[in-house]
Amino acid sequence: MNTETTNIASSNKMTTRNVDVFYGEKQAINGVSIDIDMENVTAFIGPSGCGKSTFLRTMNRMNDTIPSCRVTGEITLDGEDIYAPSMDVVQLRARVGMVFQKPNPFPKSIYDNIAYGPRIHGLASGKDELDQIVEKSLQRAGLWNEVKDRLNESGTALSGGQQQRLCIARAIAVDPEVILMDEPCSALDPIATAKIEELIHELRGKYAIVIVTHNMQQAARVSQRTAFFHLGTMVEYGDTSEMFTNPQEERTRDYITGRYG
Amino acid sequence: MTGPAILLLLLGLGLISWIFGRAKANRFITTGSKNLNSLPNYHGWYTALWAIVPALIFVAIWSSVSPALVTDSVLSNPAAAELTDNGFQRGAILSEARAIANNPGQKAFNPEAEQLAPLYAQAQSYYDIVGTLAVILLCFAGAAYAFIRIRPDFRARKRVEQVVMIVLLMASLIAIIATIGIVASLIFESARFFGMISPIDFFFGTEWNPKNTSVAGDGEDFGAIPLFWGTIFIGAIIAMAIAIPFGLMSAVYLTQYARPNVRKWMKPILEVLAGVPTVVYGYFAALTVAPALRDFAAAIGISNATSESALAAGLVMGVMIIPFVSSMADDSIAAVPSSMRDGSLAMGATKSETIKKVLIPAALPGVVGGVLLAVSRAIGETMIVVMAAGLAANLTANPFASVTTVTTQIVQLLTGDSDFNSPKVLAAFALGLTLFVVTLLLNLVALHIVKRYREAYE
Repeated sequence: MNTETTNIASSNKMTTRNVDVFYGEKQAINGVSIDIDMENVTAFIGPSGCGKSTFLRTMNRMNDTIPSCRVTGEITLDGEDIYAPSMDVVQLRARVGMVFQKPNPFPKSIYDNIAYGPRIHGLASGKDELDQIVEKSLQRAGLWNEVKDRLNESGTALSGGQQQRLCIARAIAVDPEVILMDEPCSALDPIATAKIEELIHELRGKYAIVIVTHNMQQAARVSQRTAFFHLGTMVEYGDTSEMFTNPQEERTRDYITGRYG
Repeated sequence: MTGPAILLLLLGLGLISWIFGRAKANRFITTGSKNLNSLPNYHGWYTALWAIVPALIFVAIWSSVSPALVTDSVLSNPAAAELTDNGFQRGAILSEARAIANNPGQKAFNPEAEQLAPLYAQAQSYYDIVGTLAVILLCFAGAAYAFIRIRPDFRARKRVEQVVMIVLLMASLIAIIATIGIVASLIFESARFFGMISPIDFFFGTEWNPKNTSVAGDGEDFGAIPLFWGTIFIGAIIAMAIAIPFGLMSAVYLTQYARPNVRKWMKPILEVLAGVPTVVYGYFAALTVAPALRDFAAAIGISNATSESALAAGLVMGVMIIPFVSSMADDSIAAVPSSMRDGSLAMGATKSETIKKVLIPAALPGVVGGVLLAVSRAIGETMIVVMAAGLAANLTANPFASVTTVTTQIVQLLTGDSDFNSPKVLAAFALGLTLFVVTLLLNLVALHIVKRYREAYE
């Protein structure tokens, strides 16, 4: 690592350099280099199958669950290579949380869903402390007022939008540094989507946030930085306002103006 | 004509009708008239079915009616008029006469039979000819009827399809009818048993001591509690104590940890284990496990250990059930959506934490259903317990003692000289009925649980 990248790393939470991802023989991602910082929400946009979700999953090594998947290049968290042998993937995922496309609450009570992470990581020393973490997480996710009287009901009984906010609260509960969101609103109606977007605004600055979306308006609404992916490569990366008003690349302009995708 | 000859004749005639029907339908194509509604093959099949099916139905009816007709004609002959009125003796003479008629040269025991034999042979050949003629006539009539109906717009295809449907329906009804028959016979014989022995004594009595006598209440005891206890002790307690943990753990390994190539050869081996005949397990239990356990029990100071023990049968049965539990648990765990697993892993949970806290709780209803099915298999299992559990109806919780099970006693009661009027033999039916009802209920509950669980994730 040269001195220049070290300097950048001080404000960058995560950096990737020349990341390639292969599924068996097939290359899904080709040479992506990007920096994620704490202050801004970063959006990955691009047509279906362009590799944006695949790339997101390499950032907390969720692609480890796919046996044929192979990653080369460098991805760092606070300057530390997350694919280094010394990196504990369990610790990594506690620091880099993830929210999925489809809400996936566990078939447990609302309370147990939130308490799941703190319990396995031993974050609370007693019942009172755990109660506090649960309450704080639900408040941050904007769900506390809706569920505080029914914490013992099943998480799967909530509406889709509430389930997704429950999943965000669950991710927050282990106090991560980065939250990766993989199309978090694609299964939700517009009202629930608006609530999630509002929530992303509130969480900005507390966590480094990366959101994958196929919805360009959503990227424009919630993010400050945008990366445009096409056919496994990152075409353009810059300020969201710049990207949507004055894209540098023709492919980006075509996608944003709805020529394809 | 004999049965096989008639069947062959019918098949031949059917083939000929098929050829003719098909040929006639084919002609409509070649003469250039409008297109056939059905392919020529269907017309062929239609004709062949009309030739064979009515004739076969007639054969089936005739074969049950003709013996009575033959007997009637023999009895109406004056030579039979002086036969005795004693029903039993009369039947014996008639059946002997029939045997001689079918097998000339045989020596007769009753002289009357020898006189009647030629009459029998005569009547039989007469009705034989009548029957054969009728079959051939029906065959030709059927074929002719179908042949005449063949026209270009005739929907032979639809008719043949209906026949196929009826054949399939009959095939599926056979299993149901057989089940009803089995249940009916069990209920009928059990009712006779409960006519002699009170159900209260049977279901709540603790002494099991059936004797070989046809007189009820002769120092016999039919209290089935020791049998029920032995069955539960071996099948539901010892066997499950083995099968549940090992089956579940092997399912977890196979679904979550095993690499694809390991899974590829390990799963078939487990499934082969499920196909081993239970009598082989029985040998293993009786010849290897039981003596080893007896020696072990003696070594740790249990004095009354026998070579036939509940533990030996239960252990081997548990091993037998492992693949069953494993494959049910495997299915249930695999049915938990992968998003649950991803959600947990993304929280920074390890693999075993994910399995323990998310996957197994989510799969639990399916696993419970699988275990109930396994229990119902275990308590109905016969060979292992017959060979290894013993015959003594002990009401004991000592796993090294010999106990007996419902299935073992059924085998015991029905083998050897059986008098189907004695309570001893009829008790087997009452035990069988009890077992049937219990396993049926277990299966119903288990399938209900599994089904509801499947719906929850679909």
